[in-house]
Amino acid sequence: MMSTETASAEVKSEGKPTPAKKPTPAKKPEEKPIELPEFEKGLSDKITEKFGDKVEVAFVKEDRVRINVGSENVHDVAEFIRDEMNFDHVESVSGVDFPQDKEIEVVYHIGSYSDSSLSRQVLVLATRTQREENPIPGKDATKLPTLRDIFYSVEFHEREIFEMFGVFFEGHPDNRRLLLPEDWADLPPLRKDFDTRGR
Amino acid sequence: MTEIMPGLALQKVDERIMTLNVGPQHPGSGHMRIVVQIDGDYIVACDPDPGYVHRGEEKMAEYRNYITNIPHLERPVIHDSCNVLYPYVLGVEELLGIEVPERAKYIRVIASELNRCIYIMYWLAIYGIFLGHSTMFMWPAGDREFLIDLMEKMTGARVTHAHFIPGGVRNDLPPNFEDVCLRQVNYFEKRIKEYAAVFYDNPILISRTANTGVLSRQDAIRLGTTGSVLRASGVDYDLRVKEPYDVYDELDIHTNVMKEGDAYARSRIPWLDMMESCNIIRQALQKMPKSGSVRTKLKPNPKTKGAATVYKRVESGRGSLGCYIVSDGKVEPYRLKLSVPSFRNLIALPYLLKGEKLGNMPSVYWSLNYWPVEADR
Amino acid sequence: MLKDLITPENANVFVGKLGDILEKAIDKPLGYAINWGRIWSLWPVHIETACCSVEFGAASSPRYDVERFGIIEAFGSLRQCDLVVVQGTITRKMAPRLRLVYDQMPEPKYVIAMGACAITGGLYFDSYNVLPGIDGVIPVDVYVPGCPPRPETLIQGCILLQEKIKRMKARKFV
Repeated sequence: MMSTETASAEVKSEGKPTPAKKPTPAKKPEEKPIELPEFEKGLSDKITEKFGDKVEVAFVKEDRVRINVGSENVHDVAEFIRDEMNFDHVESVSGVDFPQDKEIEVVYHIGSYSDSSLSRQVLVLATRTQREENPIPGKDATKLPTLRDIFYSVEFHEREIFEMFGVFFEGHPDNRRLLLPEDWADLPPLRKDFDTRGR
Repeated sequence: MTEIMPGLALQKVDERIMTLNVGPQHPGSGHMRIVVQIDGDYIVACDPDPGYVHRGEEKMAEYRNYITNIPHLERPVIHDSCNVLYPYVLGVEELLGIEVPERAKYIRVIASELNRCIYIMYWLAIYGIFLGHSTMFMWPAGDREFLIDLMEKMTGARVTHAHFIPGGVRNDLPPNFEDVCLRQVNYFEKRIKEYAAVFYDNPILISRTANTGVLSRQDAIRLGTTGSVLRASGVDYDLRVKEPYDVYDELDIHTNVMKEGDAYARSRIPWLDMMESCNIIRQALQKMPKSGSVRTKLKPNPKTKGAATVYKRVESGRGSLGCYIVSDGKVEPYRLKLSVPSFRNLIALPYLLKGEKLGNMPSVYWSLNYWPVEADR
Repeated sequence: MLKDLITPENANVFVGKLGDILEKAIDKPLGYAINWGRIWSLWPVHIETACCSVEFGAASSPRYDVERFGIIEAFGSLRQCDLVVVQGTITRKMAPRLRLVYDQMPEPKYVIAMGACAITGGLYFDSYNVLPGIDGVIPVDVYVPGCPPRPETLIQGCILLQEKIKRMKARKFV
């Protein structure tokens, strides 16, 4: 059986025709306007109407809504998400290193246990901070405000990002090593210029 | 004038508080170190020190392509390996746009439930060692061998099966597997019901674990715990019901919830979950299509068209496991992050151990359904 | 009369012959007995290093029962143990602690390296935090390959260790 078109991800979107049976597709299915799933659109609309152009909606997919925010506004957006939209815990915090943009992106996946309509949704909140060539973790410009006072569950996750990427979280009471050995004196390991080959 | 180096400066120490090191070599610590500060017999503060098994899974995933990552990503929990691979495989299928045949989905569900039981039995065995209950080590460690036999018939390996690949499952079930599986699962369920007499109704266990390490419902939500820790505190959340993947939406699943939130409830919920898994396996064996392909063939060196991200999560033996994949059109993933339930539950450890007696530490610590190798990745 | 028999010239020979007699009469059976006692009560230290610990736990289970060979995981301190089974990957954080554990054990002590990660680094040979094999940290007696090795393989490794101990000189440590 050959691999078929993506049918599992866009189950809820209307207006997408079944794959054409004739050999030459006259019009590709992606060119029709795809209708976004409604509930998720409602969530992203709430955020954009409060914050306007400080946030940017990256995508609205089934069960996943992604919001890109600058580092100066991420604290306010997170507070709004917790208070007004009933999201109550952070599932995971990941860092992604983009050396060509000279930025490190930190992605929060936020979920909700108490609100049953949101039990499938994961709100993806992404911020970026600048990256330096020779990092001194804790003392250079790679900083972000911590979300620990809003979501307590990020405590160990932010410690791990500090040691793996060198991103200092201002306001976090305990920016310390968690997983690496105590005498680690090298670059933060998950950066792209730390190459494990040839070591 | 001499300048004192920071580590050598004299610090005022409290005369009552002693720092104790429950280290990596300890019958009650697993593969982790916990630094506790005790005042007499009561724990005042606790500082977990994971990382003794940090092997750099996430960094190494960037050097291997999507298919050769599979043996890597199942090593965090080798006996629950199907559940650790599951979100990765689902995520890659969504990135590459692959359809999975129906029979493969049922086989995956059966393998996932068997792995869940195998994991929980080993967890109960180690819980027995921590509490000094050696029967509770021998019985689960012996009874899980029935299910390991089933996994060996299905996949060829006792642990680290590497059976799930993007597109389905590697091989079809051997002939006559359904009957053997049904008989083994029925016998297994009878055996685990006998644990009530030796363990769960045991007054010694009840006096050691009831009302210790109580996690209230508010705190369980606020700390972001997951899995059996959450369900023991009264929150009804199970990803197989709330966000069903593969064919879980066609099966009838009952979530076990207890309200007390103490260590006894946290040790009882996985046992009830295992009996629920037996029901799920029986339903899946009945509803499975009798024949069909189990795999869609992939082209060699699969890669996505352009940059994309995906986040999938799955209910494993410990809780909800998530996998966040960032890809940029190459054969290797750009970034792969595993959001593991043990790491998420670790934050409850310093929170719960404050004010507990030192003797209660193993029973509270291991009841958090914590597997240290997974938390370190 | 004894004084005339043992002169300074032939004292060496006399002592040598006495040594031979002692060795044949006492040393060999005593050594055999001591080794027999050591073989059938190898107590491993309770240290779980990484994922192979699951198969070590399965080897202690009723089906594969390594306890019939005398290998019981002692719940006490490591000062009473004489076997270290290094189960799996040793990271750079764990290596000093492993050396400390090995140094604290009394003689005679033996080491089994279990799993591919303990022998050469295994699947994680190019990771930034993993030692390529534990040979540089502690001396190894038996290597048990596999990823993870089946419990039967581990039992075969223990039997190999027993045969090695049978051939060793017992009196050095007495």
